[in-house]
Amino acid sequence: MSGFVRKTLVVAAALSISGTAVAQDSIKMGALATLEGAFTVLGEDGMRGVKMALEEFGYEAGGKKIELITGSSDASPDSAVRAARKLVEQDGVPILIGPLSGSEGLAIKDYAKTQPDVTFLNGTSAAQDTTLRAPAENFFRFSTDGAQWMAGLGEYAYNEKGYRKVAVLAEDYSFPYTQVFGFLEPFCRLGGEAPIDARFWVPIGNKDYSSVIAALPDDVDAIYVALGGADAVNFLTQFEQAGGELPLIGGSITVDQSVLGSKGRTRQFVVGTPSAGPVSDTWDDPRWAAFVAAYQKQFPDGFPSPSLFAHGYYINTKAALLALNEVGGDLSDGGKKYREALSNLEFDTPTGMVKLDERREAIADIFLTEVIEGPDGNLLNKTIKVIPQVNQTLGVPYEKFLEYGQVGRENPSCE
Amino acid sequence: MKQFIERHTFWAVMIMIAVIVFAWALFAVWPEWLIDAIGRKKTFVNTLFNGITLGGLYFIVASGFTLVFGLMRNVNLAHGSMYLLGGYIGYEVAEASGSWFLGLIVAFLAIAITGVLLQVLVFRRMEGDDLRQTLITIGISIIAADLMLAVWTGTTYQFDPPEWLYGAVNLPIISVIKSSGDAVYIKYPMYRLSVLVVAIAVGIALWLFLNRTRIGMMIRAGVNDREMLSASGVNVQLVFALVFGIGAGLAGFAGVIGGTALSIAPGEDVRYLLASLIVVIVGGLGSVPGAAIGALLIGLAEQFGLAYFPTYGVVLTFIIMVVVLAVRPQGIMGGR
Repeated sequence: MSGFVRKTLVVAAALSISGTAVAQDSIKMGALATLEGAFTVLGEDGMRGVKMALEEFGYEAGGKKIELITGSSDASPDSAVRAARKLVEQDGVPILIGPLSGSEGLAIKDYAKTQPDVTFLNGTSAAQDTTLRAPAENFFRFSTDGAQWMAGLGEYAYNEKGYRKVAVLAEDYSFPYTQVFGFLEPFCRLGGEAPIDARFWVPIGNKDYSSVIAALPDDVDAIYVALGGADAVNFLTQFEQAGGELPLIGGSITVDQSVLGSKGRTRQFVVGTPSAGPVSDTWDDPRWAAFVAAYQKQFPDGFPSPSLFAHGYYINTKAALLALNEVGGDLSDGGKKYREALSNLEFDTPTGMVKLDERREAIADIFLTEVIEGPDGNLLNKTIKVIPQVNQTLGVPYEKFLEYGQVGRENPSCE
Repeated sequence: MKQFIERHTFWAVMIMIAVIVFAWALFAVWPEWLIDAIGRKKTFVNTLFNGITLGGLYFIVASGFTLVFGLMRNVNLAHGSMYLLGGYIGYEVAEASGSWFLGLIVAFLAIAITGVLLQVLVFRRMEGDDLRQTLITIGISIIAADLMLAVWTGTTYQFDPPEWLYGAVNLPIISVIKSSGDAVYIKYPMYRLSVLVVAIAVGIALWLFLNRTRIGMMIRAGVNDREMLSASGVNVQLVFALVFGIGAGLAGFAGVIGGTALSIAPGEDVRYLLASLIVVIVGGLGSVPGAAIGALLIGLAEQFGLAYFPTYGVVLTFIIMVVVLAVRPQGIMGGR
């Protein structure tokens, strides 16, 4: 037995040596997404985004072949770090795209600090503190964060919809905290209310919402819901079954394609639900139309229209490839030059121009949307308004923005 | 009954008072001070019903689990996979045929056959080696989870139950009296009430089967002493295969029932396996009435936790388990 192990080790060592020799004309790229657990569908669409970008470049950048290695997590921070360690320390990828979920992003940022020669690009994780507080030098986020995604929604709910008091239902981790903050900050500044005891925080993967639905107060104008994937599907069905009549306001992933495109009963009652996020299904821009067409062609079994996960992974992968072109595929200095190229990168995406701020966080356009029924019965998000070039501090100076405090269950307190 | 009152007058009075308070809480319109203290009546009544109906679902899953254990001393850790597979098969059949009921029946039969095959082809080979059987079931559950992911992907599936099962009904329980004098009745999803009815029906059917039929008698004898049973000329293998089939079939059946109430997606297998494990640990391994009591307790604990302190609600389930293990390690209805 031990003889066998030794032989395997020798072979493995020989392979890895020859691997570095071959690495002259190919670069390994790791991609990490949630291919297990409550966010499986989301992770699958994220991977589609990675493949779209690679396909666009013909799996080549900077004159070198790109070899894709995928890793899977289940939305928990430790599973993300475990998968990242495997990709970085065993497969030896110099570039890693991912993760998908908010708290995973926070964990990967901390892990990135221990691997200074590896370049990390975000997938779609959108917790605020991944880049706002104590960012890692080698972690780049070309997709925006959860508070940026909410740009314009608080104002819209207060001014156009006339809501004054809302209840909040969200999953209990960093990304929904960021989303709730992004929605409530302008909503409450205008005079809206969201009582602390009308905010419900449930664990990821919760299936049975009937008791939460029963506990929702009657004296509110609407419910702000920030749930994702299977959680959102379960909530919407049970809300309808329980005869829920309050209007909803959706978080970025609550009424997007990963939920609207799920199998089973169509959810007519969500028509009219306002939301905001980095993509809008019906945006009439040729760049977006071309992206949707490419997605539908490449993945006939995907969603009717790409979700923000395909979009976020696509943009981050594309950024990685563009910067590789710029440095001619040269990562020999531990990626220093490469990261400099990334920091200065500014490029055109299916949803407009994107560039980074000094903490390597994206500044990009955000879409205010409303759910409509599409021509063939699919539910879609219609563009109401494009909010141009939203930055992470939502327009206020960095120092002042930090005074708002860390996102959490009771921030903002709305008092 | 009369004997109980004479012997334990104090407890009888206490139970009476509890029942009266409970009935009052359910049917009376709540005064202001009570609403200030524990919230609205609507929340309480809905949570109560949710707990009971979720308990019903847990019972359907766990009864099969406990039945198999009781007879074969085999902790089938692939029970959750049977649940999920039943849900997927039921979904496919219901989609293809347009009949939800057909999906339900096919799910039961298909998983029952799977169970029989597992028993005949796998478990019979390692007769009497309980630990090995249990480890094999873990292996099966891992392989099954990946195969199902490959076939049905990670998408969340939801059933389309018949129209008359959809929507909400008014319960004959008044929530509040409006200022205009109109009574507001509490609404409750029709489907969840049906889950409860089905669970009770399954419970009664199992009881009748175990206590009133010849095969049931053999199974009970096997639970007590399987060597003695086979010595008296009964084909034990046949009984084993039958019980395994019924236990697995119930899991598949629950897959459709539960998939309609909530949804089916990868990961559900582990969730229901864990729920069944907790239910039978609390109720007592091998006891069907124990599974009913355990399921009810866990269902109520989960729902009240979720409604009244959502962040830490999960802890409540485990507190119950810890208390039961500390006070009565064999479970509430567990023998020996």
